Amino acid sequence: MELTLDEVRHVAALARLGLTDAEQELMRDQLSSILGHINALNELDTESIPPTASVAALQNVWRDDTVQSSLPREQVLMNAPRQNEGCFEVDTPLGGEESSS
Amino acid sequence: MHWLTASEARTLLDKKELSAVELTQAHLARIESLDPSLNCHISTFPDRSLAQARAADERIGRGESAGLTGIPISLKDVLVTTGTQTTAGSQILKGYESPYDATVVQRLHAQDAVFVGKSNTDEFAMGSSTENSSYGVTRNPWNLDRVPGGSSGGPAAAVAAGEAMLSLGSDTGGSIRQPAGFCGIVGLKPTYGRVSRLGLIAFGSSLDQIGPFARSVEDAALILEAIAGHDPRDSTSAPMPSPDICSHLTGDLAGVRIGVAEEYAVDGMEPGVETAVATAVESLKDAGAIIKQVSLPHTRYALPTYYITAPAEASANLARFDGVKYGLSIDGGSLREMYEQTRGQGFGPEVKRRIMLGTYALSSGYYDAYYVKAQKVRTLLKQDFDAAFADVDVIVAPTSPTVAFPIGARLDDPYQMYLADVFTIPANMAGIPGVSVPCGFADGLPVGLQFLGKAFDEATLLSVAHAYERSQPWWRMHPELGNEI
Repeated sequence: MELTLDEVRHVAALARLGLTDAEQELMRDQLSSILGHINALNELDTESIPPTASVAALQNVWRDDTVQSSLPREQVLMNAPRQNEGCFEVDTPLGGEESSS
Repeated sequence: MHWLTASEARTLLDKKELSAVELTQAHLARIESLDPSLNCHISTFPDRSLAQARAADERIGRGESAGLTGIPISLKDVLVTTGTQTTAGSQILKGYESPYDATVVQRLHAQDAVFVGKSNTDEFAMGSSTENSSYGVTRNPWNLDRVPGGSSGGPAAAVAAGEAMLSLGSDTGGSIRQPAGFCGIVGLKPTYGRVSRLGLIAFGSSLDQIGPFARSVEDAALILEAIAGHDPRDSTSAPMPSPDICSHLTGDLAGVRIGVAEEYAVDGMEPGVETAVATAVESLKDAGAIIKQVSLPHTRYALPTYYITAPAEASANLARFDGVKYGLSIDGGSLREMYEQTRGQGFGPEVKRRIMLGTYALSSGYYDAYYVKAQKVRTLLKQDFDAAFADVDVIVAPTSPTVAFPIGARLDDPYQMYLADVFTIPANMAGIPGVSVPCGFADGLPVGLQFLGKAFDEATLLSVAHAYERSQPWWRMHPELGNEI
């Protein structure tokens, strides 16, 4: 099971993981090897087997839709790398360098 | 006094023959003396520990002690605590201070237990040796050149070395049981849903469980009772109260049906481990247990199934570490660059490997072939156990194919590292409880014996483990390290 560097870059982009060129190559080799072991699962015929999403055997755990106290804002922001007017601050996700937000 | 069990300490504390402050000071002294070589703890807070010990002494003085009042406990650094950092063994959370305490921490605090430190872990609980911690490896107290196991190597080594009387770890594929086996102590993974996961930094949400390390099964039962029971804030928490285990530890094995599965043997199994486990099974039989052959035919598919399911769930759970709300944040010039640089630099290699594996398995075009396939094989693994438990009360097996391996020995090939968990993973896939207890030594290193039980039947599981423990000398044996302290 051989991954290509393009596939590695595609998956890294999905995962928002910045990988160096060396990391990409190592990842290609290691992931290919691990996936090779995992392909053993194809020995099993699971056509008629239902998937198990959770072993908890619980479904739709509800609570009453009542207002409850939550974390105070200062606590929510206490580890914020950047904050502004009581909000987490980030660079805009819109447009390129000349973003008009 | 650092080799007392919690049960013994309780008696002495309540009779005021020992104070919580004295007990805590003894443990803090051991940490200070041994951690430079063991590196069990990422954070310690002696002033706070002693303040908790004083509160415990006051409570004992009022005659109101609970089971764990004044008992020194170490917490794996994936359990969030207020007032100190929680790192998950990662640089991406260095200095992170949680605004809330994990439910298990709250429950122990309500009993006025004493926390002696936050102990070392493979990064985000991903690993089998604690070598993936970005805060240095923890060394095995029985042999400093060996790993303590992982991912809960810190809490396991802390209890094995007498730095803590009890500790809490987490187990997703064996991360409590395997280090317990490598360190010669008791390690319990409860049934999935038995203990609230609120405040456990999530790795594999359908697999993770918090559980205890102890130097006796009775102690493990004591702390399990304190932390278990429904938590309305964890929607995967079983809707039942904390179980009564301690009163079920009879020590009687007569007529108990114990299964041995032929599939729990692999190439590369060490002969010393096989012998110790076979001897243990003979002693169970001598004590009156009925040993039966059972078959768990899909066992060899558990590891590959886990290495789709766990990374897939991890890729979703670790998406939150993005430099926005907490933790490391690297200014990349754009939001996208910030995400990629923060995560690229903040996560270690194993974490990145698993995020990549999980993302791939969930991605369009591969989801059915990998993730859904793994969920179907999970059903088969669970069915294997359901069928076996129709004939037996517990299953006995080795905890790991080998004893603790040398530090650095398995870093070249990730899959070789993964094989350390080949006997522990099935219990997480099926959601059943499992416990490792010491059953002897091979090459001077502890061998772990694993018992597996039916879902929510920790009473039978621990009763059998307790009976075995008390018939053997292993539980009273401790490493030579620090004998002069």
